[in-house]
Amino acid sequence: MSKEINGSEIILKSLLDQGVEVIFGYPGGAVLPIYDSLFKQNSIKHVLVRQEGGAVHAAEGYARSSGKIGVVLVTSGPGATNVVTGLTDAMMDSVPIVCITGQVPQHLIGSDAFQECDTTGITRPCTKHNYLVKDVNKLSSVIHEAFVIANNGRPGPVLVDVPKDVQFAKGEYLEPSTISIQKHRLFDPAVKENEERVEEAVKLIANSKKPIFYIGGGCVNSGIKASKLVRDFVKITGAPATMTLMGLGVLPSSSEYSLGMVGMHGMYEANLAMHDCDIMINIGARFDDRVTGRLDAFSPNSKKIHIDIDASNINKAIKVDVPIVGDVETIMQQIMNIWNNKKYSTNADDLNKWWNKIETWKKADCLDFDQTSDMIKPQQAIKRLYELTKDKKTIITTDVGQHQMWTAQYYKFEETNKLITSGGLGTMGYGFPAAIGAQIANPKALVIDIAGDASILMNIQEMSTAVQHKLPVKIFILNNEYMGMVRQWQELLHGGRYSESYTDSLPDFVKLAESFKAKGLRAEKASELDQVIKEMIESDATVIADIMVDKEENCFPMIQSGSAHNEMLLNKNQKQDKLSPEKGKVLV
Amino acid sequence: MMNKSDKSVYDSPTAVSDVKRHILTILVDNEPGVLARVVGMISGRGYNIDSLNVAEVSKEHLSRITIVAQGTNEVIEQIQSQLMRIVPVHDVINLQDEGSSVEAEVALVYMYINEENKKQAYQICDFYRARKIENEHNSTIFEIAGASERIDTFIKDISKIVKIKIVRSGPVAISTLNKNEEE
Repeated sequence: MSKEINGSEIILKSLLDQGVEVIFGYPGGAVLPIYDSLFKQNSIKHVLVRQEGGAVHAAEGYARSSGKIGVVLVTSGPGATNVVTGLTDAMMDSVPIVCITGQVPQHLIGSDAFQECDTTGITRPCTKHNYLVKDVNKLSSVIHEAFVIANNGRPGPVLVDVPKDVQFAKGEYLEPSTISIQKHRLFDPAVKENEERVEEAVKLIANSKKPIFYIGGGCVNSGIKASKLVRDFVKITGAPATMTLMGLGVLPSSSEYSLGMVGMHGMYEANLAMHDCDIMINIGARFDDRVTGRLDAFSPNSKKIHIDIDASNINKAIKVDVPIVGDVETIMQQIMNIWNNKKYSTNADDLNKWWNKIETWKKADCLDFDQTSDMIKPQQAIKRLYELTKDKKTIITTDVGQHQMWTAQYYKFEETNKLITSGGLGTMGYGFPAAIGAQIANPKALVIDIAGDASILMNIQEMSTAVQHKLPVKIFILNNEYMGMVRQWQELLHGGRYSESYTDSLPDFVKLAESFKAKGLRAEKASELDQVIKEMIESDATVIADIMVDKEENCFPMIQSGSAHNEMLLNKNQKQDKLSPEKGKVLV
Repeated sequence: MMNKSDKSVYDSPTAVSDVKRHILTILVDNEPGVLARVVGMISGRGYNIDSLNVAEVSKEHLSRITIVAQGTNEVIEQIQSQLMRIVPVHDVINLQDEGSSVEAEVALVYMYINEENKKQAYQICDFYRARKIENEHNSTIFEIAGASERIDTFIKDISKIVKIKIVRSGPVAISTLNKNEEE
């Protein structure tokens, strides 16, 4: 019989055996025993955030920039409810997270005890799976299973709720190697069925005249090998490829095959190519509404191949012709083998015609903007930031809104895992804590959170975290004193009635930085931009760079909600004929 | 009537198949919260169900959930694949797909019997093979089991004669195909 130890020690031992190096957390009454065990060891580092919401985003940034699982430790009640946004975010963007929450002792559960809430009930829809551990002897096996589930198949967040009495109780610790997880609890690829479909897909691609690759975050999640296979296959076929926000970097921005981002604020040529193609090859994307626009006019004349690890994504929004459920790496390897072994090829003449057509769309120069006066255009700010940081090992995180889309458009990502952004949930306040997590995972990298003035205020308390842990995170605020994307929609769809989208009484961000003993910088004119960016990069402190940009600049090109890919607006003077604003208004 | 232009642009193109009644049987680990996971997914994603039934069916802590839902094949397929994402779910079978299955449900009917309606009521119960359940208060409670349609017509007929109170289990169903589905 092995030696019995406390539940809280079992938790620490489980985490250690799972290879955990860092925990993002915040202590409280119901996790005091775990924090006590944490105090007595030196193997696992704890990063104290300033609000539990920040802990999950930091863990997401850590996970997405390191390929490891992000770990969160928070207390019961408000600790648990504060992590709900982050868990939902991780669920939507498939980020592997294990979140441990304290719970009131079992005899108090259900009594409306102090700091009690139904954590597993609240987090059920926003986790892949969750547990309430009532028996200390099951604690280690539950935690080990949680780590496997978080990373298995389509990754996601898993929560383990541990009542305080279980943390104190003595029990047996089981090593990860002794745990067996039943097959049905894990992802099970349909290997046999796939073989035929892969062959069918290969034939469709070889016979296509106007193919397009539509590459999503699934390629990134599948790993570096998967991205390389996708890159190689795109090259072999010579077909154009577009990426979703989550897929940026799978194909380097400089690749001759890349048409850039697709969707609402994607590239004009990418959207038109999606609309006009005859074969669409969706690899690890999910036909999100930001990508598809109007569903009944989405790529009307194409056959669609859809590779996805999550079977529920098949035919959810768009009916596809060849669905293949599986991991991108496995499937792309199969596609590659069949393509090479059976000597398939695409028709060069057809592809040339297709590329010529795409070239005519590129002439629209959809990312063109006017930087004539000395007022800083936000696009120019991102462009200069890119030019001055492209030679460094740079990781960009963003918050949500106009600045996020400008980043996706003007910052050129050459690799995966270099853009960390909240895609599915669209969580304002994501970028800064995510940058903290990314910096912890990559101490030598240049980590920049490109933020908006409104978004940054949603988790500004984490300044304290960044400074405490001496993290040289840079916050690059495109400050237009508005919730820019809200303002843009109000301008385009609500008659310019800017209801509550102006952020009055903004802090002086330079002084705010200084009050946290960080560095504050400001650029007000285009001529000051480069100097401020350089100073920001060169500093080894936490820096806020407050970039005062044109207040009323809009993010274009744009497919308004409810419009199709071929109804894209290049600027606000263009009229939208097909859809009345009244109809677009009801959509999000 | 709904005008075509009232349709949200996010609606799928036209529904591809007709709305039909489907019976899904779901084999799950009988662990805390598993029913909440299934029910929560269904309500959270806006699906409508007619009935739901659950009970443990084996010593290995396995339960079977039976769901009756109306929907197009596409919607039912979505429900099935969303159910399969739930960790403790072993298997989801659409008995409509299987083609051959039998189903049954149970109803308990409390009857407000008096001297005038007693004879006729008992005749109807007899006709439908409803069985009287003895109980210590001597209340008139009948139990009827069988296909849902048969219970529907029984209720229709008996409620013309007496005032009743009724509970129904909702159907459970099983495939008539002979195969080994469990590992």
